This record gives sequence, structure tokens and C-alpha cells, in this order.
Amino acid sequence: MTILVTDSGFHTEERAWDFRSPDQLPVGQTGLAVELASDADPTTLSDHLQTIDLIRVNFPEFADGRGFTIARVLRLMGYSGRIRASGHVIADQYAMARRAGFDEVEIDDEIAARQPEEQWLRRANWKSHDYQALLRA
Amino acid sequence: MYRYSDFDDAFVRERVAQFRAQVERRIDGGLTEDEFKPLRLMNGLYLQLHAYMLRVAIPYGTLNSGQMRQLAMIAERWDKGYGHFTTRQNIQFNWPRLADTPDILDALADVEMHAIQTSGNTIRNVTADHFAGAAADEIADPRPVAELIRQWSTDHPEFQFLPRKFKIAVTGSPNDRAVTRAHDIGLRMIRNEAGEAGFEVIVGGGLGRTPMIGKVIREFLPRTDLLPYLEAIVSVYNALGRRDNKYKARIKITVAESGLDEFRSRVDARFRQLRSHFRGADQAMLERIERAFAPPAFRSAPLGRYEIVQRTDPAFRSWTDTNLAPHKAEGYAIVTVSLKAHGATPGDATSGQMRVLADLAERFGHDELRISHEQNVILPHVHKSDLPEVHSILGEHGLATANVGLISDIIACPGMDYCALATARSIPIAQEIAQRFDELKLEHGIGELKIKISGCINACGHHHVGHIGILGLDRAGVENYQVTLGGDGTESAAIGERAGPGFPAEEIVPAIERLVHAYLDLRNGRQESFLQTYRRLGIGPFKAALYPERVDANAA
Ligand code: HEM
Ligand code: SF4
Repeated sequence: MTILVTDSGFHTEERAWDFRSPDQLPVGQTGLAVELASDADPTTLSDHLQTIDLIRVNFPEFADGRGFTIARVLRLMGYSGRIRASGHVIADQYAMARRAGFDEVEIDDEIAARQPEEQWLRRANWKSHDYQALLRA
Repeated sequence: MYRYSDFDDAFVRERVAQFRAQVERRIDGGLTEDEFKPLRLMNGLYLQLHAYMLRVAIPYGTLNSGQMRQLAMIAERWDKGYGHFTTRQNIQFNWPRLADTPDILDALADVEMHAIQTSGNTIRNVTADHFAGAAADEIADPRPVAELIRQWSTDHPEFQFLPRKFKIAVTGSPNDRAVTRAHDIGLRMIRNEAGEAGFEVIVGGGLGRTPMIGKVIREFLPRTDLLPYLEAIVSVYNALGRRDNKYKARIKITVAESGLDEFRSRVDARFRQLRSHFRGADQAMLERIERAFAPPAFRSAPLGRYEIVQRTDPAFRSWTDTNLAPHKAEGYAIVTVSLKAHGATPGDATSGQMRVLADLAERFGHDELRISHEQNVILPHVHKSDLPEVHSILGEHGLATANVGLISDIIACPGMDYCALATARSIPIAQEIAQRFDELKLEHGIGELKIKISGCINACGHHHVGHIGILGLDRAGVENYQVTLGGDGTESAAIGERAGPGFPAEEIVPAIERLVHAYLDLRNGRQESFLQTYRRLGIGPFKAALYPERVDANAA
């Protein structure tokens, strides 16, 4: 089962999404969900941002930090829908993910068992102690 | 000097608390060693040959006496009574226990220090000219900019898992003492024709197994654009840098593979997106930091016994010749305290020595100390009238070696004595060279000569930019030392040229001796340094000195 982590802890997926790859977005539909690999170029979505509700960015391993730049670039492009990190993300990266522009993290049972909810909640204070907040204004 | 704001203090304390919890989770199994590794690296903790090693940042190389005393205390309480100053303005403790490291980090936080981002694939401790704020040739003090970059890069959410480590250096002087051309990003503070302050931005320099001199990506970057421009570079690198091969993961390879122009146009595009997000808070912060770095109240006083002692005491005279640099304030000098006593481990200082240096800084040096990338300690502001006393106190503690810039002022990485990656020893080679030339009583006659030694291809000892570089390799289980010539880490940066086949350990010191004798024969008088002679004549005559048997064979 997959678990969604937000600032309030562990949740289950509230609905089924039909994730599509960025080169197969149907024209004229809204409420889309898109799956981006860690080597994807987010600017290819620039013409579709209005039609997308959720973008899921994959982390093949936690040491691959490209997803953080993808989320940041999506926000710089003006995307205001949901962005989700999925794959190998660890609790210690939760604050980075939130600060970079993600709304939530999707993890599997194995990670959830080793890194229980309380370890993620410990980083729910990601808005404090943030140098970027001091310098970007 | 910059003092922590409440924000900085709370940040560092919070990080220590997080790390304490991470150490506990590692010990109870909540974190695998694989997962713990990047987290400990983000807090400066390496696993080395014999033990953990903790690398503590000395941001832009600046310390006060209280901080130096705390380093002495840490070395004594949790280590073996000494620390090792590195070429990246850090100090390394080689023997801490994992369970003690959170307490060490707390002790550092007590004096506004930390070990954050001194390792790992992230933006590392920002380095700066070690004579910053003191040098006579300086355009502007680079430390406020370095502190601004420290704050911006600390815990930067986008850049904690880069393809590889990322090093930034800043200089405020046209004479580059910060090796800016061998960094991922080098910043040179300059003024444009209109007299406005800004930066020359250099990208893609680096040493390691593929040494490269950095390229100018922006000739003049206005001062106010600094953070968004840096962020654009690192962001483009994060997306583009190779992750399939760690030897090709540094930005120098990214720039080389995409081409400087293509890389620049991507950076410019990202910069345009980012620029509006920095709306002045960064500049207000910079102004606050600049006020904190206001120069100390220099005193105006007669030179006292300085000139008399200089005439009457040859040891003092010789030390003032080599270990002083011109200060911008009248009557002052910059003192470099050599950590390279002949036969000692380059860069090591005992707790006792650290306390002596702290006392000297407090009594005679406006409470400031610096660590240089050449692994020496600097008292940046000493009035000349105090120099005789400073010199004699240094002498009582084995710290008055008069060899700065000379052949025995060697940079050497830890090598086989400590480092898990080493293929050869480097410290003992440095010690032997220093002792040999001391015996020969030649070093003052030789003049300026920079020898730099690395114990493997990673080049932590900067051998590529040594006038003479020595690289220790492993040839079928036997140490073998390769010599490079003509390297230069300053504004006229160059990568040294490989001279030829390497030498076994017992032949490397005689080889260096032949090389130096060749230089002494070839130079146009004492004014022509080794590097100048090399540039005039090329590698030929030096090769002949290194490999005499080959010349004989050719002649026969
Ligand atoms: C003892 C543990 C150490 C380890 C395991 C280590 C590891 C490494 C590695 C793997 C590289 C190559 C990185 C690359 O090219 O991508 C490197 C480069 C470097 N290290 Fe170290 N190092 C150690 C100690 C030191 C020390 C003590 C210093 C300072 C004296 C130092 C300063 C540097 C510098 C200046 C580079 C330059 C190459 C560059 O970044 O372009 N390192 N180190
Ligand atoms: S150059 Fe090699 S041997 Fe020396 S410290 Fe770096 S990794 Fe270790």
C-alpha cells in the first residue's frame, strides 16, 4: 500500500489517479495527473499547466536530488497545483521537499515501517529555521 | 567579525538536535548505513581508515580566540589532543567516537561553529582569501559575500543532493590567494568601467582526476544579482550533471560536455526566472553582515623595538622576511604562523599550540585568526611594535618556523596515514623533503617554491597547482610518486605538466633535490623564481635533471 505524508502525518490515497506521461497528455481534458521521471524536463509541460491537478515526481534513489529542482522549476513556471514526491524519499528529506515546492511525499510500506510517522512529523516544522525565507523577499 | 544572529544560533542548535536523533536511529537500526551516510556527511562526519573523522567548517577561514580555544578543548576532550587544518579552511579531528559527535557539535555551536556541509554532495564550506580584511592589495573584503553565500547555501532545499560536491571560493584581491580558478565556482570581486562593484564569475574549475582551470561564464555580474545567479548555475548543474559516473559528475565535466555557451544560455534562462524572487532582503542582509565585518580599531603607534630587533636578531629578521605580508593599515603586518616545522605533519596543531595562538590573537591581534588553504594559521592584524614579542612567544612553542612560501612550506593531504582512499603516503614525503632541504641549508637561497603533495588521484593536496606537484600512486602494491611541474594556483593559474615516469618512495627526495639544483643553475639570479624559470625555459631542462640516465642513454 502506498502512504501519503503531509504536514499532518500519514494518510491513504483518497482517490485513484490516472497518471500519464508528459508526452501523452490528452487535449481538451482537465484534472490530469502527470508522472515525471527524475530526468524529465519540466518545461515540456509549460503549455499544459492549467489542465493538470497533480504532478508526481519520481525519486529512483534518495541521493538523486534532481526531483528538488524539478519541483522548484515547476513553481517558477507558475504551476500552482499539487506536486508529489514519490519513490525513495526519506524522512530527513521531508523539509527539503516541502521547501522546494512539493506538497506531499508518497512512500511504500517498507520505508514507512523503518521510518514511522513520528520521524516525518518531526520535520513538519519545515517553515522554521529556513535561511531561504530570510533571503528571498 | 560576524556574530551569529538568533536565527543562526537556533538553526545550528536545531541541526545538532536532528543529528543527535539521527545518530540514535542509526544505532537502533531505524536508519540503514546507506541512509545514514549522506546524513552524517551533511554534518561533516566521515568514516576513515581507523575511525570516524569529523570535519569542522571554519567559514572563510576566520576565527576568534574563543573559537580557537574551543577547538583546542574539543581536540583534548574527544580526540588525541591535536587537530589537522586542511586546504579547504576546515579543521579535521581524526579520532572521535560516533556516540560523542553530537556533543562535539553542541560544543561547536556554543562558539558559533558547526560542521554543516563540510562533506557530501552539496555546497561546501565557502572559502575566501585568508588575508581578507587585512591585505594591502585588497579591493574589498570578500568575507561578507562569503557569509551571505554561507547563509544562502546552508540547508538550501534544492541543493542537498547534487550530482557531486560543490565548492565556491571568493577573492577580493587581484592577487588570487583563494585558488578561485580551481573551484566549481570562483568569484573575483571587481569593479566595472563605471566603477560599480560586481564579480567576475568563473565556473568549472577543479582538480581531482580531471584537473581543469575554470572558465569565465560572466565577465561582470552586478553585486545585487549574486544569489540568483549562483542559484541558477547550481540549479542547471543539478538537473544536467551526470549521475551515472561519479568521476564525471563534477560541474567541470558538465560544462565541458555541454560547452560553455550552451551552459551559459541555460543559466541565463534560469536566472531570468529567479531574479524577481530576490527583492532586496538578500542585499539588506549583506549590508548587515558588512557592518559586522567593519575593520577593527587599528592603532597608530611608533614601531618601537621592531627595526632594532630586525637589525640585531637574525632569526627574527629571517622570520620577518618570509612570514610577514603587507597590511593595509600603517604600522601593521599580517603574520603567517607556519604549521610546517621541519619534520612535522603539515597542518597539524596541538591543543597547546591552538591555545598559544588564541592568546596571541587576543593580546596582539584584535582577537582575529585565519586558517589558510596552505595549512598555516594567520594573525591578520599585528602592530609591528609587537612583533618581537609575538615572535619570541611563538618560538617557545615550536611555532616560529621561518619558511612561509619556501620549499618546506608544503601542502600535503592526509594520505595513507589517515585516508581510506589513499594509494600512497604523503605526510612522510613532505617531512623528508622539509628535513632534507633544512640540512642542506638551501631553502632561503631557493626562494619562493610551492611543493604540493596528494596521496591519490583525488588531489586533495592540490598537487596540480604546485610549482612542483607530487602525486602518490600504487604501482603493483608499491608506492610510486609522479612529479608535475609548473602548476600555479593564483590569478595566472595553470595545471602542472607531468614530467615522466614516477619514482619509488626512496628516490623521490633525491629527484626533487636534482630538480632544485637544476633550477639554481638555470635561474637568472635570485629574483627569478622557480616558476618564472620554468616558464622561461619549459620542461626540457627540468626533465633532464629528473631523468639523467635517459639523457646519458640518448647521448650514447
Ligand atoms: C581524509 C579524508 C578525505 C577524503 C576521503 C577525501 C576525498 C576526496 C575526494 C574523493 C576528492 C575528489 C572529488 C572529485 O574530484 O569529485 C577530493 C577532492 C579534494 N579534497 Fe579531499 N578528501 C579527504 C581529505 C581532504 C583534506 C584533508 C583536504 C585538505 C587538505 C581535502 C581537500 C580537498 C580538495 C581541495 C579537493 C580538490 C579537488 C577538487 O575538489 O576539485 N580533502 N577529496
Ligand atoms: S588526495 Fe587522496 S589520499 Fe589524499 S586525502 Fe584526498 S582522497 Fe585521501
